[in-house]
Amino acid sequence: MRLVNVKPDRAVLLVLGALPFALMAGAYVIGSALRLSENPNDKLLPALTTMANSFGRMAFVADPRTGDYLLWSDTLASLERLLAALAIVTVAALLIGIAMGLLPIIGALLRPFVAVASMVPPLALLPILFIVMGLGEASKIALIVIGSLPFLIRDLAMRVAELPREQLIKAQTLGASSWQIALRIVLPQMLPRLIDSVRLSLGPAWLFLIASEAIASDSGLGYRIFLVRRYLAMDVIIPYVAWITLLAIVSDAALVLLQRRAFPWFAVARAS
Amino acid sequence: MSAIKVQNVWKEFDDQIVLENISFEIEPRAFLALVGPSGCGKTTFLRMLLGDEKPTRGVITLDGAPLQAEPDADRGVVFQRYSVFPHLTVLGNVALGPELEASPLLGRLFGARKREVEAAGRKLLESVGLGGAEDKYPTALSGGMQQRLALAQALMRRPKVLLLDEPFGALDPGIRSEMHDLMRCLWNETDLTVVMVTHDLSEAFRLATRVIAFERRRNRPEERERYGATIEKDIEVWPRRIPGAKPLNRSGRDDPADFGAEPGRPGIAMPEKTP
Repeated sequence: MRLVNVKPDRAVLLVLGALPFALMAGAYVIGSALRLSENPNDKLLPALTTMANSFGRMAFVADPRTGDYLLWSDTLASLERLLAALAIVTVAALLIGIAMGLLPIIGALLRPFVAVASMVPPLALLPILFIVMGLGEASKIALIVIGSLPFLIRDLAMRVAELPREQLIKAQTLGASSWQIALRIVLPQMLPRLIDSVRLSLGPAWLFLIASEAIASDSGLGYRIFLVRRYLAMDVIIPYVAWITLLAIVSDAALVLLQRRAFPWFAVARAS
Repeated sequence: MSAIKVQNVWKEFDDQIVLENISFEIEPRAFLALVGPSGCGKTTFLRMLLGDEKPTRGVITLDGAPLQAEPDADRGVVFQRYSVFPHLTVLGNVALGPELEASPLLGRLFGARKREVEAAGRKLLESVGLGGAEDKYPTALSGGMQQRLALAQALMRRPKVLLLDEPFGALDPGIRSEMHDLMRCLWNETDLTVVMVTHDLSEAFRLATRVIAFERRRNRPEERERYGATIEKDIEVWPRRIPGAKPLNRSGRDDPADFGAEPGRPGIAMPEKTP
Protein backbone atom coordinates (compact mmCIF):
# COMPACT_ATOMS: atom_id res chain seq x y z
CA MET A 1 0.00 0.00 0.00
CA ARG A 2 1.22 3.47 -0.76
CA LEU A 3 2.29 5.58 2.17
CA VAL A 4 -0.16 8.33 1.22
CA ASN A 5 -3.04 5.89 1.78
CA VAL A 6 -1.97 4.58 5.17
CA LYS A 7 -4.35 6.11 7.69
CA PRO A 8 -3.71 5.44 11.39
CA ASP A 9 -6.67 4.28 13.49
CA ARG A 10 -7.63 5.88 16.77
CA ALA A 11 -5.20 4.09 19.05
CA VAL A 12 -2.24 4.58 16.71
CA LEU A 13 -3.26 8.21 16.34
CA LEU A 14 -3.03 8.74 20.10
CA VAL A 15 0.31 6.95 20.37
CA LEU A 16 1.79 8.88 17.45
CA GLY A 17 0.60 12.18 18.89
CA ALA A 18 2.07 11.40 22.31
CA LEU A 19 5.37 10.08 20.94
CA PRO A 20 7.25 13.39 20.48
CA PHE A 21 6.25 14.49 23.97
CA ALA A 22 7.42 11.19 25.45
CA LEU A 23 10.71 11.29 23.55
CA MET A 24 11.38 14.85 24.67
CA ALA A 25 10.56 14.07 28.32
CA GLY A 26 12.59 10.88 28.22
CA ALA A 27 15.62 12.64 26.74
CA TYR A 28 15.40 15.28 29.45
CA VAL A 29 15.09 12.81 32.31
CA ILE A 30 18.04 10.74 31.07
CA GLY A 31 20.19 13.80 30.41
CA SER A 32 19.36 15.26 33.79
CA ALA A 33 20.11 12.00 35.61
CA LEU A 34 23.47 11.66 33.82
CA ARG A 35 24.56 15.18 34.66
CA LEU A 36 23.37 14.97 38.27
CA SER A 37 25.20 11.68 38.85
CA GLU A 38 28.40 13.43 37.79
CA ASN A 39 27.74 16.59 39.80
CA PRO A 40 24.85 16.69 42.29
CA ASN A 41 24.96 20.52 42.27
CA ASP A 42 24.46 20.81 38.50
CA LYS A 43 22.00 23.59 37.74
CA LEU A 44 21.53 23.14 34.02
CA LEU A 45 19.15 20.18 33.90
CA PRO A 46 17.47 20.01 37.33
CA ALA A 47 15.59 16.85 38.28
CA LEU A 48 11.82 16.80 37.95
CA THR A 49 11.46 16.71 41.74
CA THR A 50 13.64 19.80 42.12
CA MET A 51 11.51 21.66 39.58
CA ALA A 52 8.31 20.53 41.29
CA ASN A 53 9.65 21.74 44.63
CA SER A 54 10.69 25.11 43.22
CA PHE A 55 7.38 25.53 41.44
CA GLY A 56 5.55 24.65 44.65
CA ARG A 57 7.63 27.21 46.51
CA MET A 58 6.79 29.91 43.96
CA ALA A 59 3.11 29.02 44.11
CA PHE A 60 2.44 28.26 47.77
CA VAL A 61 5.14 29.89 49.91
CA ALA A 62 4.96 33.63 50.42
CA ASP A 63 8.02 35.56 49.30
CA PRO A 64 9.80 36.64 52.55
CA ARG A 65 10.57 40.14 51.15
CA THR A 66 7.17 41.14 49.73
CA GLY A 67 4.80 38.62 51.30
CA ASP A 68 3.41 37.80 47.83
CA TYR A 69 2.89 34.37 46.37
CA LEU A 70 5.17 35.06 43.44
CA LEU A 71 3.70 32.73 40.82
CA TRP A 72 0.24 34.15 41.29
CA SER A 73 1.28 37.78 41.51
CA ASP A 74 3.45 37.33 38.40
CA THR A 75 0.63 35.60 36.52
CA LEU A 76 -1.86 38.27 37.54
CA ALA A 77 0.44 41.10 36.48
CA SER A 78 1.15 39.51 33.10
CA LEU A 79 -2.46 38.58 32.38
CA GLU A 80 -3.64 42.08 33.29
CA ARG A 81 -1.29 43.56 30.71
CA LEU A 82 -2.18 40.97 28.11
CA LEU A 83 -5.93 41.26 28.56
CA ALA A 84 -5.91 45.05 28.64
CA ALA A 85 -3.92 45.11 25.41
CA LEU A 86 -6.11 42.49 23.75
CA ALA A 87 -9.26 44.37 24.72
CA ILE A 88 -7.92 47.56 23.14
CA VAL A 89 -6.72 45.71 20.06
CA THR A 90 -10.01 43.85 19.55
CA VAL A 91 -12.24 46.88 19.79
CA ALA A 92 -9.97 49.06 17.66
CA ALA A 93 -9.53 46.35 15.01
CA LEU A 94 -13.29 45.82 14.79
CA LEU A 95 -14.04 49.52 14.36
CA ILE A 96 -11.21 50.33 11.96
CA GLY A 97 -11.26 47.02 10.08
CA ILE A 98 -14.99 47.10 9.37
CA ALA A 99 -14.87 50.77 8.38
CA MET A 100 -11.95 50.08 6.02
CA GLY A 101 -13.50 47.00 4.47
CA LEU A 102 -16.99 48.36 4.07
CA LEU A 103 -16.46 52.03 3.18
CA PRO A 104 -14.28 52.62 0.11
CA ILE A 105 -13.40 56.14 1.30
CA ILE A 106 -12.04 54.94 4.65
CA GLY A 107 -10.28 52.08 2.89
CA ALA A 108 -8.53 54.49 0.54
CA LEU A 109 -7.61 56.71 3.48
CA LEU A 110 -6.14 54.08 5.80
CA ARG A 111 -5.00 51.12 3.69
CA PRO A 112 -1.54 52.48 2.72
CA PHE A 113 -0.91 53.77 6.22
CA VAL A 114 -1.83 50.51 7.93
CA ALA A 115 0.21 48.57 5.37
CA VAL A 116 3.31 50.63 6.17
CA ALA A 117 2.65 50.58 9.93
CA SER A 118 2.44 46.80 9.91
CA MET A 119 5.98 46.64 8.50
CA VAL A 120 7.56 48.55 11.40
CA PRO A 121 9.21 46.02 13.73
CA PRO A 122 7.39 46.61 17.03
CA LEU A 123 10.35 45.73 19.23
CA ALA A 124 12.37 48.47 17.53
CA LEU A 125 9.75 50.88 18.82
CA LEU A 126 10.13 49.72 22.41
CA PRO A 127 12.84 52.28 23.33
CA ILE A 128 10.63 55.04 21.93
CA LEU A 129 7.70 53.77 23.99
CA PHE A 130 9.83 53.64 27.14
CA ILE A 131 11.05 57.20 26.53
CA VAL A 132 7.62 58.59 25.73
CA MET A 133 5.40 56.62 28.08
CA GLY A 134 7.81 55.75 30.86
CA LEU A 135 8.60 52.31 32.21
CA GLY A 136 5.14 51.65 33.67
CA GLU A 137 2.24 49.56 32.47
CA ALA A 138 1.32 51.90 29.62
CA SER A 139 4.42 51.23 27.54
CA LYS A 140 4.07 47.45 27.88
CA ILE A 141 0.40 47.50 26.85
CA ALA A 142 1.25 49.90 24.03
CA LEU A 143 3.90 47.50 22.68
CA ILE A 144 1.42 44.62 22.49
CA VAL A 145 -1.16 46.90 20.86
CA ILE A 146 1.27 48.24 18.29
CA GLY A 147 2.53 44.73 17.63
CA SER A 148 -0.83 43.09 16.97
CA LEU A 149 -3.16 45.85 15.80
CA PRO A 150 -2.01 46.33 12.18
CA PHE A 151 -2.24 42.61 11.48
CA LEU A 152 -5.73 42.38 12.97
CA ILE A 153 -6.96 45.46 11.11
CA ARG A 154 -5.67 44.22 7.76
CA ASP A 155 -7.03 40.76 8.37
CA LEU A 156 -10.47 42.04 9.32
CA ALA A 157 -10.67 44.50 6.43
CA MET A 158 -9.89 41.60 4.08
CA ARG A 159 -12.56 39.41 5.68
CA VAL A 160 -15.13 42.19 5.24
CA ALA A 161 -14.15 42.56 1.60
CA GLU A 162 -14.53 38.79 1.19
CA LEU A 163 -18.22 38.87 2.13
CA PRO A 164 -20.19 38.06 -1.03
CA ARG A 165 -21.23 41.27 -2.74
CA GLU A 166 -24.67 39.73 -3.16
CA GLN A 167 -25.19 39.96 0.60
CA LEU A 168 -24.54 43.69 0.69
CA ILE A 169 -26.84 44.27 -2.28
CA LYS A 170 -29.54 42.11 -0.77
CA ALA A 171 -29.32 44.11 2.45
CA GLN A 172 -29.75 47.33 0.48
CA THR A 173 -32.82 45.96 -1.29
CA LEU A 174 -34.22 45.29 2.19
CA GLY A 175 -33.75 48.99 2.84
CA ALA A 176 -30.61 48.86 4.98
CA SER A 177 -28.56 52.04 5.45
CA SER A 178 -24.75 51.90 5.56
CA TRP A 179 -24.92 51.92 9.36
CA GLN A 180 -27.50 49.14 9.45
CA ILE A 181 -25.41 47.06 7.03
CA ALA A 182 -22.41 47.45 9.32
CA LEU A 183 -24.42 46.66 12.45
CA ARG A 184 -26.67 43.82 11.34
CA ILE A 185 -24.85 42.21 8.42
CA VAL A 186 -21.12 42.81 8.72
CA LEU A 187 -20.41 43.01 12.47
CA PRO A 188 -22.15 39.76 13.45
CA GLN A 189 -20.36 37.91 10.66
CA MET A 190 -17.00 39.41 11.63
CA LEU A 191 -17.09 38.46 15.33
CA PRO A 192 -16.36 34.73 14.84
CA ARG A 193 -13.69 35.56 12.26
CA LEU A 194 -12.16 38.01 14.72
CA ILE A 195 -11.85 35.18 17.23
CA ASP A 196 -9.79 33.25 14.67
CA SER A 197 -7.50 36.22 14.13
CA VAL A 198 -7.12 36.86 17.86
CA ARG A 199 -6.09 33.24 18.30
CA LEU A 200 -3.39 33.74 15.70
CA SER A 201 -2.13 36.92 17.34
CA LEU A 202 -1.96 35.43 20.84
CA GLY A 203 1.53 34.11 20.06
CA PRO A 204 2.98 37.49 19.06
CA ALA A 205 1.13 39.13 21.97
CA TRP A 206 2.91 36.85 24.48
CA LEU A 207 6.19 37.52 22.70
CA PHE A 208 5.83 41.29 23.06
CA LEU A 209 4.64 40.92 26.66
CA ILE A 210 7.64 38.83 27.75
CA ALA A 211 10.03 41.07 25.84
CA SER A 212 8.81 44.25 27.50
CA GLU A 213 8.71 42.60 30.93
CA ALA A 214 12.23 41.30 30.48
CA ILE A 215 13.61 44.73 29.68
CA ALA A 216 11.99 46.92 32.31
CA SER A 217 9.54 45.69 34.89
CA ASP A 218 9.18 44.71 38.54
CA SER A 219 6.61 41.96 38.15
CA GLY A 220 5.27 39.51 35.62
CA LEU A 221 6.14 36.09 34.27
CA GLY A 222 8.67 37.47 31.81
CA TYR A 223 10.30 39.59 34.51
CA ARG A 224 10.67 36.56 36.79
CA ILE A 225 12.37 34.25 34.32
CA PHE A 226 14.80 36.93 33.24
CA LEU A 227 15.48 37.78 36.90
CA VAL A 228 16.27 34.24 38.05
CA ARG A 229 18.36 33.70 34.90
CA ARG A 230 21.13 35.52 36.80
CA TYR A 231 21.30 32.61 39.25
CA LEU A 232 21.01 29.97 36.53
CA ALA A 233 17.78 28.95 38.27
CA MET A 234 16.62 26.52 35.61
CA ASP A 235 14.44 24.86 38.25
CA VAL A 236 12.27 28.01 38.17
CA ILE A 237 12.64 28.99 34.53
CA ILE A 238 11.57 25.66 33.03
CA PRO A 239 8.34 25.34 35.10
CA TYR A 240 7.57 29.00 34.36
CA VAL A 241 7.90 28.39 30.63
CA ALA A 242 5.62 25.36 30.95
CA TRP A 243 3.16 27.47 32.93
CA ILE A 244 3.15 30.21 30.27
CA THR A 245 2.60 27.56 27.61
CA LEU A 246 -0.30 26.14 29.59
CA LEU A 247 -1.86 29.60 29.91
CA ALA A 248 -1.57 30.08 26.14
CA ILE A 249 -3.14 26.68 25.42
CA VAL A 250 -6.01 27.33 27.82
CA SER A 251 -6.76 30.77 26.38
CA ASP A 252 -6.68 29.35 22.85
CA ALA A 253 -9.07 26.56 23.82
CA ALA A 254 -11.34 29.07 25.56
CA LEU A 255 -11.54 31.13 22.37
CA VAL A 256 -12.38 28.03 20.30
CA LEU A 257 -15.11 27.13 22.77
CA LEU A 258 -16.48 30.67 22.73
CA GLN A 259 -16.58 30.64 18.95
CA ARG A 260 -18.43 27.33 18.87
CA ARG A 261 -20.95 28.30 21.54
CA ALA A 262 -21.65 31.89 20.58
CA PHE A 263 -21.67 31.43 16.79
CA PRO A 264 -23.17 28.01 16.08
CA TRP A 265 -23.76 28.93 12.42
CA PHE A 266 -20.13 29.73 11.74
CA ALA A 267 -18.51 26.29 11.46
CA VAL A 268 -20.82 25.22 8.62
CA ALA A 269 -20.81 28.61 6.93
CA ARG A 270 -17.01 28.62 6.89
CA ALA A 271 -16.83 25.12 5.44
CA SER A 272 -19.20 25.87 2.55
CA MET B 1 -47.95 47.30 -10.01
CA SER B 2 -45.02 49.02 -11.51
CA ALA B 3 -44.04 49.88 -15.05
CA ILE B 4 -40.41 50.01 -16.08
CA LYS B 5 -39.34 51.96 -19.11
CA VAL B 6 -35.94 51.43 -20.70
CA GLN B 7 -34.87 54.13 -23.14
CA ASN B 8 -31.81 53.87 -25.41
CA VAL B 9 -29.68 52.24 -22.78
CA TRP B 10 -26.02 51.51 -23.55
CA LYS B 11 -23.57 49.90 -21.21
CA GLU B 12 -19.84 50.07 -21.76
CA PHE B 13 -16.96 48.89 -19.58
CA ASP B 14 -14.01 50.99 -20.73
CA ASP B 15 -13.75 50.24 -24.46
CA GLN B 16 -15.92 47.17 -24.31
CA ILE B 17 -19.50 47.78 -25.38
CA VAL B 18 -21.68 45.24 -23.62
CA LEU B 19 -25.19 46.38 -24.42
CA GLU B 20 -26.25 48.76 -27.13
CA ASN B 21 -29.36 50.72 -27.70
CA ILE B 22 -31.80 48.76 -25.58
CA SER B 23 -35.31 50.23 -25.52
CA PHE B 24 -38.47 48.58 -24.29
CA GLU B 25 -41.18 48.88 -21.73
CA ILE B 26 -42.10 46.40 -19.08
CA GLU B 27 -45.81 46.70 -18.40
CA PRO B 28 -47.06 46.48 -14.81
CA ARG B 29 -47.58 42.91 -13.59
CA ALA B 30 -45.45 41.48 -16.38
CA PHE B 31 -43.28 38.44 -15.79
CA LEU B 32 -40.36 39.12 -18.06
CA ALA B 33 -37.72 36.52 -18.78
CA LEU B 34 -34.35 37.67 -20.15
CA VAL B 35 -32.54 34.97 -22.04
CA GLY B 36 -29.41 34.83 -24.15
CA PRO B 37 -26.05 33.12 -24.46
CA SER B 38 -23.59 33.62 -21.62
CA GLY B 39 -21.69 36.89 -21.82
CA CYS B 40 -24.50 38.65 -23.69
CA GLY B 41 -25.07 41.14 -20.88
CA LYS B 42 -28.34 39.90 -19.46
CA THR B 43 -27.01 39.89 -15.93
CA THR B 44 -25.43 43.30 -16.51
CA PHE B 45 -28.85 44.53 -17.58
CA LEU B 46 -30.44 43.11 -14.44
CA ARG B 47 -27.77 44.84 -12.36
CA MET B 48 -28.73 48.12 -14.01
CA LEU B 49 -32.38 47.53 -13.09
CA LEU B 50 -31.15 46.80 -9.58
CA GLY B 51 -29.12 50.00 -9.39
CA ASP B 52 -25.85 48.17 -8.85
CA GLU B 53 -24.59 49.32 -12.27
CA LYS B 54 -25.34 52.59 -14.02
CA PRO B 55 -26.20 52.75 -17.73
CA THR B 56 -23.44 54.49 -19.68
CA ARG B 57 -26.09 56.20 -21.77
CA GLY B 58 -29.85 56.24 -21.66
CA VAL B 59 -32.37 56.15 -18.84
CA ILE B 60 -34.38 53.54 -17.01
CA THR B 61 -37.50 54.79 -15.24
CA LEU B 62 -39.66 53.07 -12.66
CA ASP B 63 -43.22 54.45 -12.61
CA GLY B 64 -41.98 57.53 -14.46
CA ALA B 65 -39.13 58.40 -12.10
CA PRO B 66 -35.52 57.67 -13.06
CA LEU B 67 -34.10 54.70 -11.18
CA GLN B 68 -31.97 55.49 -8.17
CA ALA B 69 -28.30 54.73 -8.74
CA GLU B 70 -28.12 52.35 -5.80
CA PRO B 71 -30.23 49.38 -4.72
CA ASP B 72 -33.26 50.25 -2.62
CA ALA B 73 -36.33 48.67 -1.10
CA ASP B 74 -38.44 49.20 -4.26
CA ARG B 75 -36.55 46.42 -5.98
CA GLY B 76 -36.29 43.04 -4.31
CA VAL B 77 -33.72 40.58 -5.56
CA VAL B 78 -32.87 36.88 -5.44
CA PHE B 79 -29.47 35.76 -6.71
CA GLN B 80 -28.38 32.27 -7.61
CA ARG B 81 -26.34 32.08 -4.39
CA TYR B 82 -25.55 34.14 -1.27
CA SER B 83 -29.02 35.69 -1.14
CA VAL B 84 -29.64 34.90 2.51
CA PHE B 85 -27.63 35.77 5.58
CA PRO B 86 -25.82 32.79 7.13
CA HIS B 87 -25.66 34.33 10.61
CA LEU B 88 -29.42 34.73 10.97
CA THR B 89 -31.96 31.97 11.51
CA VAL B 90 -34.67 31.43 8.89
CA LEU B 91 -37.06 33.54 10.94
CA GLY B 92 -34.34 36.15 11.53
CA ASN B 93 -33.76 36.35 7.78
CA VAL B 94 -37.41 37.11 6.93
CA ALA B 95 -37.79 39.47 9.89
CA LEU B 96 -34.74 41.48 8.80
CA GLY B 97 -36.48 43.66 6.19
CA PRO B 98 -39.26 44.96 8.48
CA GLU B 99 -36.79 45.33 11.35
CA LEU B 100 -34.47 47.50 9.26
CA GLU B 101 -37.40 49.60 8.14
CA ALA B 102 -38.87 50.16 11.58
CA SER B 103 -35.65 50.70 13.52
CA PRO B 104 -33.14 52.93 11.72
CA LEU B 105 -30.71 53.08 14.63
CA LEU B 106 -30.44 49.51 15.89
CA GLY B 107 -32.00 47.65 12.98
CA ARG B 108 -33.74 45.46 15.56
CA LEU B 109 -37.18 45.30 17.12
CA PHE B 110 -38.09 44.20 20.62
CA GLY B 111 -41.15 43.03 22.52
CA ALA B 112 -44.59 43.29 20.96
CA ARG B 113 -43.43 44.79 17.66
CA LYS B 114 -40.87 42.02 17.24
CA ARG B 115 -43.53 39.39 17.88
CA GLU B 116 -45.81 41.09 15.34
CA VAL B 117 -43.11 40.99 12.64
CA GLU B 118 -42.24 37.41 13.50
CA ALA B 119 -45.88 36.36 13.29
CA ALA B 120 -46.12 37.84 9.79
CA GLY B 121 -42.83 36.15 8.94
CA ARG B 122 -44.00 32.75 10.16
CA LYS B 123 -47.16 33.02 8.05
CA LEU B 124 -45.19 33.87 4.93
CA LEU B 125 -42.65 31.09 5.60
CA GLU B 126 -45.48 28.61 6.06
CA SER B 127 -47.02 29.64 2.74
CA VAL B 128 -43.76 29.25 0.79
CA GLY B 129 -43.24 25.79 2.28
CA LEU B 130 -40.74 26.61 5.02
CA GLY B 131 -43.02 25.92 8.00
CA GLY B 132 -41.11 24.21 10.80
CA ALA B 133 -37.71 25.47 9.67
CA GLU B 134 -37.97 28.82 11.45
CA ASP B 135 -35.15 28.25 13.91
CA LYS B 136 -32.66 26.61 11.55
CA TYR B 137 -29.72 28.40 10.07
CA PRO B 138 -29.70 28.71 6.26
CA THR B 139 -26.67 26.44 5.92
CA ALA B 140 -28.81 23.63 7.32
CA LEU B 141 -31.31 24.06 4.45
CA SER B 142 -31.13 22.48 1.00
CA GLY B 143 -30.48 24.70 -2.02
CA GLY B 144 -34.17 24.82 -2.94
CA MET B 145 -35.17 25.69 0.61
CA GLN B 146 -32.57 28.46 0.67
CA GLN B 147 -34.07 29.96 -2.49
CA ARG B 148 -37.55 29.75 -0.96
CA LEU B 149 -36.17 31.63 2.01
CA ALA B 150 -34.51 34.20 -0.25
CA LEU B 151 -37.85 34.78 -2.01
CA ALA B 152 -39.72 35.10 1.29
CA GLN B 153 -37.09 37.49 2.63
CA ALA B 154 -37.42 39.72 -0.42
CA LEU B 155 -41.25 39.63 -0.27
CA MET B 156 -41.35 40.70 3.38
CA ARG B 157 -40.28 44.19 2.37
CA ARG B 158 -43.11 44.34 -0.25
CA PRO B 159 -40.99 45.49 -3.22
CA LYS B 160 -42.59 46.88 -6.37
CA VAL B 161 -40.37 44.84 -8.64
CA LEU B 162 -38.81 41.44 -8.04
CA LEU B 163 -35.51 40.79 -9.84
CA LEU B 164 -34.27 37.23 -10.18
CA ASP B 165 -30.75 36.41 -11.37
CA GLU B 166 -30.78 32.75 -12.46
CA PRO B 167 -32.48 31.93 -9.18
CA PHE B 168 -33.06 28.24 -9.92
CA GLY B 169 -29.94 27.61 -12.01
CA ALA B 170 -28.12 25.65 -9.30
CA LEU B 171 -31.03 23.37 -8.36
CA ASP B 172 -31.67 19.85 -9.61
CA PRO B 173 -34.61 19.40 -12.01
CA GLY B 174 -37.19 18.07 -9.54
CA ILE B 175 -36.60 20.87 -7.05
CA ARG B 176 -36.50 23.36 -9.91
CA SER B 177 -39.97 22.43 -11.08
CA GLU B 178 -41.28 22.76 -7.50
CA MET B 179 -39.73 26.21 -7.42
CA HIS B 180 -41.45 27.03 -10.73
CA ASP B 181 -44.81 26.17 -9.18
CA LEU B 182 -44.03 28.38 -6.20
CA MET B 183 -42.90 31.18 -8.47
CA ARG B 184 -46.07 31.09 -10.57
CA CYS B 185 -48.12 31.00 -7.41
CA LEU B 186 -46.26 34.02 -6.17
CA TRP B 187 -46.71 35.96 -9.34
CA ASN B 188 -50.41 35.07 -9.49
CA GLU B 189 -51.19 36.10 -5.98
CA THR B 190 -49.03 39.15 -5.32
CA ASP B 191 -48.96 42.34 -7.35
CA LEU B 192 -45.33 42.08 -8.36
CA THR B 193 -43.66 42.89 -11.63
CA VAL B 194 -41.00 40.21 -12.10
CA VAL B 195 -37.85 40.28 -14.20
CA MET B 196 -35.92 37.02 -14.34
CA VAL B 197 -32.59 36.30 -15.99
CA THR B 198 -32.20 32.68 -17.01
CA HIS B 199 -30.24 30.59 -19.46
CA ASP B 200 -32.93 27.92 -19.45
CA LEU B 201 -35.35 28.55 -22.33
CA SER B 202 -37.98 26.09 -21.13
CA GLU B 203 -37.98 27.77 -17.75
CA ALA B 204 -38.45 31.13 -19.44
CA PHE B 205 -41.46 29.92 -21.40
CA ARG B 206 -42.97 28.03 -18.47
CA LEU B 207 -43.04 31.06 -16.22
CA ALA B 208 -42.96 34.28 -18.14
CA THR B 209 -45.55 36.42 -19.87
CA ARG B 210 -42.88 37.75 -22.16
CA VAL B 211 -39.45 36.52 -23.19
CA ILE B 212 -36.73 38.87 -24.40
CA ALA B 213 -33.59 37.45 -25.96
CA PHE B 214 -30.35 39.42 -25.98
CA GLU B 215 -27.77 38.59 -28.60
CA ARG B 216 -24.67 40.06 -30.16
CA ARG B 217 -25.44 40.68 -33.81
CA ARG B 218 -21.80 40.92 -34.73
CA ASN B 219 -19.65 38.30 -33.18
CA ARG B 220 -16.41 38.20 -35.17
CA PRO B 221 -13.37 38.60 -32.90
CA GLU B 222 -12.43 42.00 -34.29
CA GLU B 223 -15.99 43.25 -33.92
CA ARG B 224 -16.66 41.84 -30.51
CA GLU B 225 -15.34 44.77 -28.53
CA ARG B 226 -17.13 47.53 -30.39
CA TYR B 227 -20.53 45.92 -30.85
CA GLY B 228 -22.65 45.02 -27.86
CA ALA B 229 -25.64 42.79 -27.52
CA THR B 230 -29.08 44.07 -28.25
CA ILE B 231 -32.65 42.78 -28.26
CA GLU B 232 -32.83 39.97 -30.79
CA LYS B 233 -36.29 38.59 -30.05
CA ASP B 234 -39.19 39.94 -28.06
CA ILE B 235 -41.81 37.23 -27.71
CA GLU B 236 -45.12 37.45 -25.97
CA VAL B 237 -45.90 34.06 -24.51
CA TRP B 238 -49.13 32.63 -25.88
CA PRO B 239 -51.64 31.74 -24.58
CA ARG B 240 -51.45 34.91 -22.65
CA ARG B 241 -50.93 34.51 -18.94
CA ILE B 242 -53.08 36.86 -16.96
CA PRO B 243 -52.17 37.14 -13.31
CA GLY B 244 -54.79 35.73 -11.01
CA ALA B 245 -57.04 34.64 -13.88
CA LYS B 246 -57.98 31.13 -14.86
CA PRO B 247 -56.31 30.41 -18.20
CA LEU B 248 -58.61 29.46 -21.09
CA ASN B 249 -56.82 26.27 -21.93
CA ARG B 250 -55.45 24.89 -18.72
CA SER B 251 -52.50 22.64 -19.21
CA GLY B 252 -53.71 20.18 -16.60
CA ARG B 253 -56.31 20.17 -13.87
CA ASP B 254 -53.72 19.42 -11.25
CA ASP B 255 -51.42 22.33 -11.96
CA PRO B 256 -50.90 23.57 -8.41
CA ALA B 257 -50.03 27.06 -9.59
CA ASP B 258 -53.35 27.58 -11.39
CA PHE B 259 -55.64 29.92 -9.62
CA GLY B 260 -58.32 27.94 -7.85
CA ALA B 261 -56.82 24.60 -8.84
CA GLU B 262 -57.06 23.40 -5.29
CA PRO B 263 -59.89 25.08 -3.44
CA GLY B 264 -58.89 25.84 0.10
CA ARG B 265 -55.17 25.89 -0.62
CA PRO B 266 -53.72 28.75 1.39
CA GLY B 267 -52.24 31.40 -0.85
CA ILE B 268 -49.04 33.34 -0.40
CA ALA B 269 -49.37 35.14 2.93
CA MET B 270 -47.87 38.50 2.08
CA PRO B 271 -47.32 40.64 5.16
CA GLU B 272 -49.70 43.52 5.74
CA LYS B 273 -48.24 47.01 5.50
CA THR B 274 -45.04 46.69 7.51
CA PRO B 275 -45.44 47.90 11.09
